[in-house]
Amino acid sequence: MSTSPPPSPAGPVSARPQVPQRPGAQARPGLVRVWARDLAMGVRFAVTGGRESWARTWLTAVGVGLGVALLLVTAAVPSALGNRHDRGAARADITYSGKVRPKGDDTLLVGVNDTTYRSENVRGRLLQPEGPKAPLPPGVAAFPRPGDMVVSPVLKKLLASDDGALLRERLPYRIAGTIADRGLIGPSELAYYAGTRTMHVIAGQNRVERIDSFGSTASDDEWDPVLLLLVLLVFVVLLMPVGVFIATAVRFGGERRDRRLAALRLVGADGRMTRRTAAGEALAGAALGLVLGAVFFAVLRQLAGRITIFDMSVFPFDLDPTPALALLVACAVPASAVAVTLFALRSVVIEPLGVVRTTRPTRRRLWWRLLLPLCGVALLYPMTGQGNDNGRFNEWMVIGGTVLLLIGVTALLPWAVEAVVVRMGGGTVSWQLAVRRLQLSSGTAARMINGIAVAVAGAIALQMLFSGVQGDYTRQTKNDLDRAQMTVNLQQDTSLAAADHALRTTGGVRHTTPIGNATLAPDRRNPEAEVSLSVGSCADLRKLAHLPSCHEGDVFVVSDAAYDTHTRHLVKPGRTLYADPSYENLKGREIPWRLPMDLRQGSSREDPTGVERGGILATPSALPREVASTLSNQVFLRVDPSYPDVRDEVRNTAAKLDPLTDVFVFAASEQSTRFSSIRTGLFVGATCVLLLIGASLLVSQLEQLRERRKLLSVLVAFGTRRRTLSLSVLWQTAVPVALGLLLAAVVGLTLGTVLLKMVDASVSVDWAAVGSMTGIGAAVVLAVTLLSMPPLLRMMRPDGLRTE
Amino acid sequence: MSIPEGSLLAAHDLHKAYGPTNALDGAAFSIHPGEVVAVMGPSGSGKSTLLHCLAGIVTPDSGTIMYNGHELSAMNDADRSALRRTDFGFVFQFGQLVPELSCLENVALPLRLNGTGRKQAESTALTWMQRLEVENVAKQRPGEVSGGQGQRVAVARSLVTGPRVLFADEPTGALDSLNGERVMELLTDAARSAGAAVVLVTHEARVAAYSDREVVVRDGKSRDMERVV
Amino acid sequence: MRRIRHVYSGLMSIGHTLLGLLESGPRHGYDLKRAFDEKFGQDRPLHYGQVYSTMSRLLKNGLVEVDGIEAGGGPERKRYAITEAGITDVERWLGTPEKPEPYLQSTLYTKVVLALLTRRDAADILDTQRSEHLRLMRALTERKRKGDLADQLICDHALFHLEADLRWLELTAARLDKLAKEVHA
Repeated sequence: MSTSPPPSPAGPVSARPQVPQRPGAQARPGLVRVWARDLAMGVRFAVTGGRESWARTWLTAVGVGLGVALLLVTAAVPSALGNRHDRGAARADITYSGKVRPKGDDTLLVGVNDTTYRSENVRGRLLQPEGPKAPLPPGVAAFPRPGDMVVSPVLKKLLASDDGALLRERLPYRIAGTIADRGLIGPSELAYYAGTRTMHVIAGQNRVERIDSFGSTASDDEWDPVLLLLVLLVFVVLLMPVGVFIATAVRFGGERRDRRLAALRLVGADGRMTRRTAAGEALAGAALGLVLGAVFFAVLRQLAGRITIFDMSVFPFDLDPTPALALLVACAVPASAVAVTLFALRSVVIEPLGVVRTTRPTRRRLWWRLLLPLCGVALLYPMTGQGNDNGRFNEWMVIGGTVLLLIGVTALLPWAVEAVVVRMGGGTVSWQLAVRRLQLSSGTAARMINGIAVAVAGAIALQMLFSGVQGDYTRQTKNDLDRAQMTVNLQQDTSLAAADHALRTTGGVRHTTPIGNATLAPDRRNPEAEVSLSVGSCADLRKLAHLPSCHEGDVFVVSDAAYDTHTRHLVKPGRTLYADPSYENLKGREIPWRLPMDLRQGSSREDPTGVERGGILATPSALPREVASTLSNQVFLRVDPSYPDVRDEVRNTAAKLDPLTDVFVFAASEQSTRFSSIRTGLFVGATCVLLLIGASLLVSQLEQLRERRKLLSVLVAFGTRRRTLSLSVLWQTAVPVALGLLLAAVVGLTLGTVLLKMVDASVSVDWAAVGSMTGIGAAVVLAVTLLSMPPLLRMMRPDGLRTE
Repeated sequence: MSIPEGSLLAAHDLHKAYGPTNALDGAAFSIHPGEVVAVMGPSGSGKSTLLHCLAGIVTPDSGTIMYNGHELSAMNDADRSALRRTDFGFVFQFGQLVPELSCLENVALPLRLNGTGRKQAESTALTWMQRLEVENVAKQRPGEVSGGQGQRVAVARSLVTGPRVLFADEPTGALDSLNGERVMELLTDAARSAGAAVVLVTHEARVAAYSDREVVVRDGKSRDMERVV
Repeated sequence: MRRIRHVYSGLMSIGHTLLGLLESGPRHGYDLKRAFDEKFGQDRPLHYGQVYSTMSRLLKNGLVEVDGIEAGGGPERKRYAITEAGITDVERWLGTPEKPEPYLQSTLYTKVVLALLTRRDAADILDTQRSEHLRLMRALTERKRKGDLADQLICDHALFHLEADLRWLELTAARLDKLAKEVHA
């Protein structure tokens, strides 16, 4: 400790006036100046205290920096999502109105031609300007000529590569340019605009629309309160461990720091002064951390463009932290570093000859620790059941309750660790070594794992909430995958027979079921009921219903299907029904069809899409030609899933029939995309947080090992097995983490249950979530132990005995 | 090969270099059962390295070390560790007690490493603590006892397994004269009555005076004073 | 001063010292006195008479011989040279440890310097002496362990003095290189 200068004699404290003046006029330095002086001295220690001080400062800085980077990313998320949303809204081209706008010199026909390539969605539009003033989509410089297209940079790259060969086949357009960033929602979006001149609008179908401007003026769709709750919670759950982590980071190397402060007392500093000096040291680390954090963030921001997390990608320029939030981070982090240091030193008495920890801290009390989570539950409980009926949550109560519950974890954990560890004993030597160490410093151990516990508790609660509400936000598609895995919906002017042939001869397709569909109504105009009509060969009709016998020319009626109440009343032999009836603002062709007298009965079964089909089933020759012309046709496909790229082969065939042909793939279930991105965000965030905490665990583990270097060497000298010491290191981390995870699981499940009650979903424990989150936690422990093995083994070499 | 007849542990022509410095440069050593041999020499002379080599903690670059008829440097690490657990005991200057364990648990530790059950290990440990007159601190942790007591606890620990060779590296280095003397008396008495040979590294003459003879190490070379005179 | 008297008290040691000085080559009696005073006699120089009486005894014992006499006569003109027997005698003297007793430094110092002058291993002398000291210390320690408190106190006194000697020995050993330079200068 050669660098502990005595308080400067020129300093304000010792500058006593030579001539005593009136009593009370003695110069007393202002509080601010005292603070400034002591903080400055701490900063100087942090920077000029030699190699060790530097190492400590950097350690703190890296820890704080990682936290700050994460905070800045969080602060940038609202604007990033907002920017994405804005660009998405600016290029919106679907009006969802049944009315067809008249053609003009400022109108444009837009055909929605989205497709999927392998597992990626491709946004596709066909453009057909109808006049010189037709609106250009954002990011597009000029309309592509018929047969040309402009593409997003990523799509361009994909099409040029071998990987994109099948897609290239589907998009037979010449690439004439690229879409600028402002026309894309993210850098990795696959999108194109192709020029055509053969489209026409069909009223009542919105595959093709006529528009005179891009951008939706409709108000943003309000976030569903449950989704909003989820997003809020994700932020709380991710940010709390970061806070805990920063708190831990400023304590790195605390013991050595305390010794330095003791030396400072020896030369005459008082207790408060040393405390402020310690705070100054922490401040230096935190400030450096702030700079590092900004650098990390800048790097992350640049990388952001190249990273795609589950279909989500963000332009670097989207990641702009909201200035207010960034300012908050910049002020709050150093301030909390100082606060945490002062708080941590409260039970430490720094004496001139060493550091005394108030020995045997009073046994931790349970009651106030239990109070926190109970308050949390009390805040959340009144809101149960408000999630339905678009009821709004009181956001502050939700956040407050959740935060209290999670803070409850950090308050309960030290008590729990102490209570359990005190009762432990027996076991092997490695166990004994670990347990005794924990008994002596259970507080340190608990502090280290607080972050993990909070992250896991929050994540479990959220995962539980996710799986609970999954039903509401997931379209269930109960397809009998043995029957059909794909449907191709043909455009009106595509021949069903030709399409069926083309699809049947596509590689990987095993079976096709071509069916024509229409609806029949009892009245010419504004009918209030309708009956479905399905047309196909006998063999194909049998896939839609159980038929007693069937010959070409037969017509069947199926009246007991689910959700079908009209057939029984409307379908009578000899009755006249109308195809394509007229509605208020939509003129139809009003084609009459008198049903044959010989209507045969069939009974319903699930059709290839898993729906019970009722209404009229007819063979083609039983149908008048005019009625047949109103049919919209579809082909159900059964494919060989092992055939490579079979789905894309089918999509290519369909696109050749007509670019606007709609291809639908049945999956077991389809998640709401917004929902899945939240879930993804949580997973990624929780993993990052756990890694961060793992890093800090590792750092303190190594620090602790380094301080015990000599002891380790001695233990090795008298023949301790490496395994024994390694295991003791493992236990030392694993025991508190296991306790932490247990507590986290309990609190997480409680929080999850309360939240599920809030959104009125049925409560069920998501064991997979509990398992996966605790699994990640356990994996972090294991990784930390593994990573501390090489230094441990190095320190177990006898070199440690030589340092005398 | 000049390994004296009847020696329990003997080394011949040891060489060991740490980087550019030669810690041992042809050192030799031998000790008979029950003998107390002081290893003396200025600091940095290589005496600690000699002890580490003899105890099988460090492998010499060249030379032979025979213990009880076995070549030590031919053993693998696990065998040497096992040998240290069963046949050797260790006392160092300081920092050798595990701070979290009670003194009794510290003394019992080597027995437990050998697989002795906890109860039995601790009762054996207690008799040794009585012999070294520290049974009153059995329940306390090392941080709560005086330096002399701590060192006696360490001596008890080194003898608890009934080792045939006790290695003591500056065992009184951190103690005052009176405590150092007491520790040395207890150590040599206990070792003698247990029939253990003691390799005593020290630079203090009054400590070395508890030995039967001394070996001087200088510049990595050793000199057995008995055979010179 | 007691220390000086002690040096002179053993005539043997003056004889051996002079013998050792002769090892580097024949010298006149006058030269011998000057060399002795320079290296060992700072406190009180040697008398000529002492030199000649010692030299004649050595001559009688066959440890030196007269190498030549310079013109002008007089005892101080004799040039002495060491004999083989003389070299062996020095060797034996240097190799024999002194009886451990207080105020030994001067003899030991003389031995060390002589060893360095004659290119012998001075560290060996110190090791041998340490061994001898330890032998006595062991005896004292043993007596202390068995004796009563009075015995212990007496032994401790002796032990601490012996230890001080040994510490001086260790320090000297550590400074041998520096000393060698000064001696040869």
